[in-house]
Amino acid sequence: MYLSHTRAADTTRAATPAGPAGRVPPTVVALGMVSLVTDASAEMVTAVLPMYLMYGLGVGYLQLGALDGLYTGATALFRLGGGYAADRFRRRKAVAVVGYGLSALTRLGFPAVGAGTTGIGLLLAADRTGKGLRTAPRDALITLATPADRLGRAFGVHRTLDTCGALLGPLLAFGLLLLLPSDYDAVFVVSFLIAAVGVLVLVFFVRERPRGEAGDSGGGRVTLRTCLRAVAGADTRRVVAAAALLGVVTVGDMFLYVALQRRMELPEEFLPLLPLGTAVVFMAAALPVGRAADRAGRWRLFLGGHLLLLLGYVCLALAPAGWTAAAVVLVLHGLFYAATDGVLMAHVAPAIPARARTTGLAVVQTAQALARAGGALIFGVAAAALGLGLTFTAAAVALAGVLGAAALLHRPGAGR
Amino acid sequence: MTAWPAGRARTATGIALICVLLAATTGYVLWRARAADSDGAWSLRPDRPGTVVYVDRGRVRQVPRGAGERAGRSAGKGPDCQRAAVAGGTLVCLRGLPGPMSSDVRVYRGPGKPQVTLPVWGEPSRARVSPSGHLVAWTVFRSGDSYVAQGQFSTTAGIYDLRDGDHYGSLEDFRPYVGGKPYRAEDVNYWGITFAADDRTFYATMASKGRTWLMRGDLTRRTLTALRENVECPSLSPDGHRIAYKKRTGDRWRLHVLTLRGGRDVPLAETASIDDQPAWLDDDTIAYTRPGDSGPTVFTTPADGTGTPSKLLNGASATAPVPRP
Repeated sequence: MYLSHTRAADTTRAATPAGPAGRVPPTVVALGMVSLVTDASAEMVTAVLPMYLMYGLGVGYLQLGALDGLYTGATALFRLGGGYAADRFRRRKAVAVVGYGLSALTRLGFPAVGAGTTGIGLLLAADRTGKGLRTAPRDALITLATPADRLGRAFGVHRTLDTCGALLGPLLAFGLLLLLPSDYDAVFVVSFLIAAVGVLVLVFFVRERPRGEAGDSGGGRVTLRTCLRAVAGADTRRVVAAAALLGVVTVGDMFLYVALQRRMELPEEFLPLLPLGTAVVFMAAALPVGRAADRAGRWRLFLGGHLLLLLGYVCLALAPAGWTAAAVVLVLHGLFYAATDGVLMAHVAPAIPARARTTGLAVVQTAQALARAGGALIFGVAAAALGLGLTFTAAAVALAGVLGAAALLHRPGAGR
Repeated sequence: MTAWPAGRARTATGIALICVLLAATTGYVLWRARAADSDGAWSLRPDRPGTVVYVDRGRVRQVPRGAGERAGRSAGKGPDCQRAAVAGGTLVCLRGLPGPMSSDVRVYRGPGKPQVTLPVWGEPSRARVSPSGHLVAWTVFRSGDSYVAQGQFSTTAGIYDLRDGDHYGSLEDFRPYVGGKPYRAEDVNYWGITFAADDRTFYATMASKGRTWLMRGDLTRRTLTALRENVECPSLSPDGHRIAYKKRTGDRWRLHVLTLRGGRDVPLAETASIDDQPAWLDDDTIAYTRPGDSGPTVFTTPADGTGTPSKLLNGASATAPVPRP
């Protein structure tokens, strides 16, 4: 019932595309800029945090590991709650502002809390909470501002800018430390100021509803039941199940990089640089892959992305050691992200009624994130018992199996 | 939701506010850079007796012993470092470089450019100079917490001989003996080197399979001999007879002093868990770093286990140019 309703709404919107062909709505570009500066700000902190704890505070290295476990699960609840609140009050932007603002404020907390591990743990948890709160409303704003037939492209633009920020962050942080040796407080303050710029861009340049968009206002009160029913549609349910299953059999990034470094016999020093390879490819490919997804079908691209990842695993296992093979694996890994991250949102969004969309996207993202975390846990235990090589082979076989099952489980109509 | 306010005014306000923030960011960075510049030129003298050399906010500093809370008015300033040590007129400085896990070991005999610069792979952890000033040692660590298992890391400990330029890049190239037999496990890690006065003998910690040993090293024969278990970050007293170290119980470390001949082992008055390589300020006083709310803090405590710890200064990595016995 909801599905037919939204599909109809989507076709009318698609029939009257806003703006010149080939351009994404300004709101999407603005949200991309918000993500760019926010990610740059966040990655600045991530890059210097170990050094800050070690040398700025004198907290021993072993205590650092204990901080990590604090926040992994906590964000899921906030993500769902934030998604529902955004739909319930039809204030997606407001929830996003709270999320971005909270993360920005945590940066000022670091110089203030001092050496207490509890204080730093709480700050990291608050930062993750902000991230959890804002992701679904932000993606919902993108889908509400964009005609359905251009969603792939819109998410492509957004993810390109987002990844660009993530790459800029460490450069900014290390540049600052070159200019101001050991001045970690300066890094936190600058990170805060940059995050505040992100909040300003969001407040002033992101529009909650494009002119003439009516799908949002009708339909009466949005309740928890409306949202749950919207998400429980057969189509969405299958997408969530398939994405979660694929998430479980996706090898955690860090395992992939370690395996790559060892298998390809790269110098150990290059291990911290391998994620950059993935990010650069992701950044470069997100837009073209998103456009391809609009034409060829987003679910097809999503599954195709996992096929590329499988190819990467096979390459990792069988290719002769060396830089070429390592580069091929990183390119495949980056393409996997380009074909799955925003593309999944673009695929699932039109099937969820606009008034419950934030909740719906939050459910998909949470399911995927929890599945990946669970998968990483299983992989870690298996790798400790069986060794990295055997575990990788098992993961590849499992991915191939789940990929086949996912292709059968969810076959969207010919139109998509 | 209310109607969208006039677009142009809103855009102008947004741009103006963003410009203000960006200007504030630039101004703030320039102000911090000026503050750092006015921190003063090089005035450190590694051979000045009766002083403590330490690291505060990323810079090597020097104060007279007993300056205590007045440590802000330091007698000397040196290079930018995270870890430093002095002895015999030599200053060794470990400096983390921007970028993941790369550092420099810099050795200074006077102001200006370092006499030796060695690139190392890892974050600065420990530094030491032999009493003669001829040998320098360093430990760097690399985190593995994100991919191997939480809290795991590996370390590299190396030595450089200023007299002939011999570079012992890693103690892993030495031959370890445990219980008189060659020890062949692959997972060995070394950290916390300390030198004896003969410029040949040194001590360090070896870790393998969840155990740690106090190793006595021989620079000429390139061997390491296990003396005792559960001794980390050893520090040899100026008289050469005792070793201050951190002893692990559970997930805590307690500072101890071990008498090499006879094996008398005394816990020090500091009861907090200390993760540092202690240093001898003289034959009776141990200095070490504790995390504090305003950053790391150097404390001292008597080497015989009596007394109470007292704060020496704000900073870390304190050593003293100890006169030779």
